[in-house]
Amino acid sequence: MPNATLSEKVSWLPIANRGWSISSVLIALLISIPLLVVLSFLLQPSNENWQHLWDYLLPDYLRNTLLLSLGVGLGVLLIGISTAWLTSMCDFPGRRWLSWALLLPMAIPAYIIAYTYTGMLDFAGPVQSTLRQVFAWQNQDYWFPEIRSLGGAICMLTLVLYPYVYMLTRAAFLEQSTCALEVSRTLGKSPWGSFYRVALPLARPAIITGLVLAMMETLADYGTVQYFGVNTFTTGIFRIWFGMGDSVTAAQLSALLLLFVFFLILIEKYSRGRARFHHTSTRYKQIKRIQLKGWRAVLACVICLLPFVLGFLLPALQLSIWTVITANTSFTTDFARLFSNSLLLAIIAAVIAVSLALVLAYSKRLVATPVVKTAAQTAALGYALPGTIVAVGVIIPFAWFDNTIDQWLRDNFNFSSGLLLSGTLFALLFAYTVRFLSVSLQAVDAGLEKIKPGMDDSARSLGLKPFGVLTKIHMPLMRGTLLTALLLVFVDVLKELPATLILRPFNFNTLAVRAYDMANDEKLALAGAPALLIVVAGIVPVILLSSVINRARAGQQP
Amino acid sequence: MKSIYTYLSVLLMVALSACSKPAEQSSDTSVAKSGDVKTVVTELNIYSARQEHLLKPLLDKFSASHGVKVNLVSSKADALLQRLESEGQNSKADVLVTTDAGRLHRAKTAGVLQSIESQLLASTLPAQLRDPDGYWYGISKRARPIMYVKGRLDPTRISTYEQLADEQWKGKICIRSSSNIYNQSLIASMIESNGEEATEAWARGLVANLARDPKGGDRDQIRAAVAGECDLVVANTYYLGGMLTGEVEEDRVIAEQIGIIWPNQNDRGTHVNVTGAGVTLASKNTDVAIAFIEFMLSEEAQSHYALENAEYPVVSNVAQSDVLKNWGTFKADSLNLSRLGELNADATRLMDRAGWK
Repeated sequence: MPNATLSEKVSWLPIANRGWSISSVLIALLISIPLLVVLSFLLQPSNENWQHLWDYLLPDYLRNTLLLSLGVGLGVLLIGISTAWLTSMCDFPGRRWLSWALLLPMAIPAYIIAYTYTGMLDFAGPVQSTLRQVFAWQNQDYWFPEIRSLGGAICMLTLVLYPYVYMLTRAAFLEQSTCALEVSRTLGKSPWGSFYRVALPLARPAIITGLVLAMMETLADYGTVQYFGVNTFTTGIFRIWFGMGDSVTAAQLSALLLLFVFFLILIEKYSRGRARFHHTSTRYKQIKRIQLKGWRAVLACVICLLPFVLGFLLPALQLSIWTVITANTSFTTDFARLFSNSLLLAIIAAVIAVSLALVLAYSKRLVATPVVKTAAQTAALGYALPGTIVAVGVIIPFAWFDNTIDQWLRDNFNFSSGLLLSGTLFALLFAYTVRFLSVSLQAVDAGLEKIKPGMDDSARSLGLKPFGVLTKIHMPLMRGTLLTALLLVFVDVLKELPATLILRPFNFNTLAVRAYDMANDEKLALAGAPALLIVVAGIVPVILLSSVINRARAGQQP
Repeated sequence: MKSIYTYLSVLLMVALSACSKPAEQSSDTSVAKSGDVKTVVTELNIYSARQEHLLKPLLDKFSASHGVKVNLVSSKADALLQRLESEGQNSKADVLVTTDAGRLHRAKTAGVLQSIESQLLASTLPAQLRDPDGYWYGISKRARPIMYVKGRLDPTRISTYEQLADEQWKGKICIRSSSNIYNQSLIASMIESNGEEATEAWARGLVANLARDPKGGDRDQIRAAVAGECDLVVANTYYLGGMLTGEVEEDRVIAEQIGIIWPNQNDRGTHVNVTGAGVTLASKNTDVAIAFIEFMLSEEAQSHYALENAEYPVVSNVAQSDVLKNWGTFKADSLNLSRLGELNADATRLMDRAGWK
């Protein structure tokens, strides 16, 4: 009987795999529609605004974009890796709660943290006013760092984006076989040497994943840089569109942004070359954490405490103060509705994005043809596009689809179907998927890559179909990774503003929309309550997730 | 492990149960829509660039007095315009509301609005506050004067926007980014009045006088002035009004120190812009849509803007709040606001050339 099944399996194999590759290409095509719509604008003739852009704006905008991305990239690497290493490999007072507290800044939308810090550190804010009073300084005779600047924008974005690197890198450190580390120690490497030569290279896929996510989010950011008066490529897109009413040039700029990110990703893949990062040993043991003492312990504690305090505690305090001040007016009767709308969207979008990511990543593993690989990569580009542009990429094809069907029905059956998809939650969820599939895909990809192909082979030779391998072997093995992916999308959707603002159905509000409604009218204090609720809704799963990652060490019972 | 799944499923259930209501609502809508043919629709769908919390109280009043269910999507003007354009004839929107005349003009040019005739609108609304062809109508007015810190500066030293470029104000002026529509409109009005060349030279002078690179919103400029970073600010009055009547005490203290200079009282008048509305071309419900715009010009709606949001009514003889009375009366620029829309792109490019960030 086993023999018979095996031979059957072998003959079915190509067909089954074709199913995987076809579905992954289909998913990628569907997800790419908005991107293709944006790219298609490149085919339209360019107009005189390009000359204007080139003469007055682009050089400055490109320089700022470059510096911003580099700054944020360095910042998230520095904070993310150091805190991940300290909390997973060392022991010091406070390590336990810091290891989840370090994730919390992720729950704060970038533009909200920008508003709160401006409120605190501005010339007219409490910090500078107090300094002036205490030291009797006059207006111009002291120096104070200007928060609304390129440097300020780098700090703000770093503070809310480093958790991507931290979370993925820490999971990688914890999942690493301690054997590799022990071998390097026995071969005479110092702890630092082992870190640089063994642990860090092994965690590279996870680190790069986190970095790519942070950089893409930086490129897509509009709220923060616009408020800080830092002109980037993205603010340029909106200047052309909103200011000059030229949506064609705006879309062409977005298309260039897409191409740029595409090449970045290609370069990264290429630089990795043929290196692969599977665990080869199946021996896992409890990590023996290095016990830090004295000033080292204090230093470790401070290093981990700072990002948490600056990225979460202070802004959350400011939001709480605003919430208290405005408690009478800001808690309207529809607050429960806002809260549940936000949660519902975030949960559904997270499940969709992670399921699709599983199909894409696993197909790539099964059938590593260029077509399938490209499919997965293309589908992941949406993250670098500003939400507004993704939304436009959804509006145009959906409205076209609706109107075509409507026209056809009118012509043939004298019946009007109106708008079927436009202005529905489906359109909104589709946009979320386009925008955030990258997040789940990167995480799932990194997770799958660590499972050595031998596992698949053994499972298949024991009679499992590809689907069975995925659900029975891979998914349990990367439980931590999957939850990480779910959480990342969940929090991202919770914070998402521009696409929600544009695509939502009539009378449908979320917390982020309410916060924006107030902040856009420069009523920051009134934006406090909804922003705080976003943070609260994001915290609970972050904490739960952290406990899962802690237990996600292979070889340990969950 | 279990805990997180339990948590997620509980969340899902809570969310689903609380969401079942809006789902019902939306199905109501679709039923009503498919019943269009019978034209018994008592719903009005609005796309609005005006923040929901500013519009909602009036929508509720309209809903109650006219027995119409009002549905709202509020978003950014240009995105709504894109949505309206793409949805075409099948769009569910009946009315488009934007916070500046420029965008309404863009909507008219894009062919998504329709011209409407209303005796009431034509007779109550001054000609410069509505489209000459009847495509859109102003519903509340906003002024963008110069502000100063009382006691620190003699307000008679400056009386026009043009003087902001004078040498004496070097390093003394705060104004927000040129990507803001209110600045674009202001420059458009100056192009119309002084010509493009003179306005560009003026903009260069203004940029040279800035105390700092443009950043933040209008309220931030006002705060900076009181903190001593600059002497003169160009900002919309309703932001100042919002600070005076808001919940944050620091802002109230700051706003009380600010005085207003109404520029160009001896020539064209102070720059104003409107929040306005137009009926969409796709509207299957034009009667209700027109009734809505007419309602927005009623005394009830007009005094709401004046009393609650420190905006100026667009029709005369409406009660004003103490805040507005304190600021005094002024002569507003009589330029037809549709010109602002026509000149908006030119204004933006001009500011780029002048190095206004």
